[in-house]
Amino acid sequence: MARISLDGVAHSYLPHPSEPADFALRQLDHVWEDGGAYALLGPSGCGKTTLLNVISGLIRPSRGRVLFDDADVTDQPTQSRNIAQVFQFPVIYDTMTVYDNLAFPLRNRGLGGSQVRDRVLEVAEMLELTESLNRRAKGLTADAKQKISLGRGLVRADVSAILFDEPLTVIDPHLKWQLRRKLKQIHDEYAPTMVYVTHDQNEALTFADKVVVMLDGAVLQLGTPEELFEAPSHTFVGYFIGSPGMNFLPCAPDGAGVRIDGGHVLLAPGVVDRLPAGSSDLKLGIRPQFLKLVDRPGDDTVPVSIVDTEDLGNYQLVETRVGAHTVMVKIPEGAGVPGGEAHLRFPAAWARLYADGVLVA
Amino acid sequence: MNKPENNKAWFLVIPVFLIVAFSAILPLMTVVNYSVQDSFGGGVWIWVGTEWFEQILTDEGLHDALLRQLLFSFLILIIQFPLGIAIALILPIRGWGVAASLVLLALPLLVPFNVVGTIWQLFARVDIGLLGNAVNALGIEYNYTDNTVDAWITVVLMDVWHWTPLVALLCYSGLRAIPDAFYQAAKIDGASTWAIFRYIQLPKLRGVLTIALLLRFMDSFMIFTEPFVLTGGGPGNATNFLSIVLTNMAIERRDLGPAAAFSIIYFLLTLTICWMFYTAITRIGEGDRR
Repeated sequence: MARISLDGVAHSYLPHPSEPADFALRQLDHVWEDGGAYALLGPSGCGKTTLLNVISGLIRPSRGRVLFDDADVTDQPTQSRNIAQVFQFPVIYDTMTVYDNLAFPLRNRGLGGSQVRDRVLEVAEMLELTESLNRRAKGLTADAKQKISLGRGLVRADVSAILFDEPLTVIDPHLKWQLRRKLKQIHDEYAPTMVYVTHDQNEALTFADKVVVMLDGAVLQLGTPEELFEAPSHTFVGYFIGSPGMNFLPCAPDGAGVRIDGGHVLLAPGVVDRLPAGSSDLKLGIRPQFLKLVDRPGDDTVPVSIVDTEDLGNYQLVETRVGAHTVMVKIPEGAGVPGGEAHLRFPAAWARLYADGVLVA
Repeated sequence: MNKPENNKAWFLVIPVFLIVAFSAILPLMTVVNYSVQDSFGGGVWIWVGTEWFEQILTDEGLHDALLRQLLFSFLILIIQFPLGIAIALILPIRGWGVAASLVLLALPLLVPFNVVGTIWQLFARVDIGLLGNAVNALGIEYNYTDNTVDAWITVVLMDVWHWTPLVALLCYSGLRAIPDAFYQAAKIDGASTWAIFRYIQLPKLRGVLTIALLLRFMDSFMIFTEPFVLTGGGPGNATNFLSIVLTNMAIERRDLGPAAAFSIIYFLLTLTICWMFYTAITRIGEGDRR
């Protein structure tokens, strides 16, 4: 196990990249702490897989260095990096049995006898593959094949890190949840460094201690699930995480708060003062679940009209209109929704201010 | 459920039926006809039953030809497959080298069979041929027209030159169809080059190798033109393969009855061996469950 540091790493698939847009991965300094459970979250094509392949050595970055603890491994091939990686689609060795598949990474590294046997049996037990150990891997279901792929990633006890590249894409939903919990258990038990790439925020938020949100080859925010949820550092993070995403309203500073279309919203003390000079595009951001829908106007409310209410089983989603803008509000199941006109309270503790897309903290 | 009856659909099958009838069934029936009758011309036909078949099956000259044929097929398969796979593995994967090497590799396949025979006939001659001259100049005695071993080496070499590219091209296309993820996973698993070949590439090539094996076996088992042009079956009977024997029987000697019986046995033999190959390869792929 090791601490993995990326020092000024950037990668482009083009031979002579010049503009930032040429890079699949923009310049990046990042440290993956030993024993951390990280999720790498972002839309398709944001550079998640590239970043993973840079760590495992399947790609040599165009720029920068990769360090395992203090050793520079940038030029080391994958085989000698002592890293495990599980891919999106199952890769199995057709002609081998399940047992031999799981033993393959160990045998390739010169282990034998009981060492191999013990590990394989342990991992098979963990992934509930014991029954089919002596079967040929070929005829198995996609689920089972992906479990074998996972197993080959987990079978080596001494890896520096285990990288997962959307490993549960092909798995049935109920099994997905089970396997995710299993991975979490494995992490709690053995504490390997794990990096888990996904575009599914639920997967990221339940799996990881720390989530890295990426967009267009750059890291937007690194934080705990709570941090990402409560204080997204960037409008994209607010919008991408949460269902529905954060509400954003254009605004202008006004006293200790901001003026939005149709009302005034108070912010936490001092926020407006920290507004960077010369910032032009100001937005007020707030999560749908922190908004309160009330009947009567108050000091801190804004009048809204209610467009639609959707009952989603365990909560209700209310679509409201503030001035010319749509604001989504999440309210508990069973709470009465005022009809037509109502008032929306923006709690100052949860209202965030963004200047040019970046959080004013 | 009630299905509407509409026998007009049969009309749609008629074209296929006619084509198959003219292309396969009728010629085959003609051969069957000849194989059980004798004719002295003038439309007089005499039923002979299995006489021709018995004659063919007990003909020692034909037994020798069959053994020769099996040896030839065995030799070229055992050379062309490892060689073809090896070539496919070292061919470039991207860049201008791909097109260049593929064209170069495909060239022998574009040469007409009799031209292949002629090329090697000239190439291997000891008086004016480059190969024959060069080998003799190295102090190795070589003359394919009067030495059995030399004749065999030349015929096998010619076939290897002519047909290894087919095996290589099929394997190359098979290799390109393997997703990158397999190679990536193999790197992660620390697999050696040999292990990658043994556990990823070879199993994934099974389909194309089956096709290549059947094609190459059938073609080599029925080979006619190239050895006919190169050695004419000589020296003596040393390279007299089944097809050459058959042609002699049917065209030179006009022994149509025995030739017909021979054709049928030849056909069934080819079919049986192909079936054996096919079954064996499929077994290797599916079987040995522990």
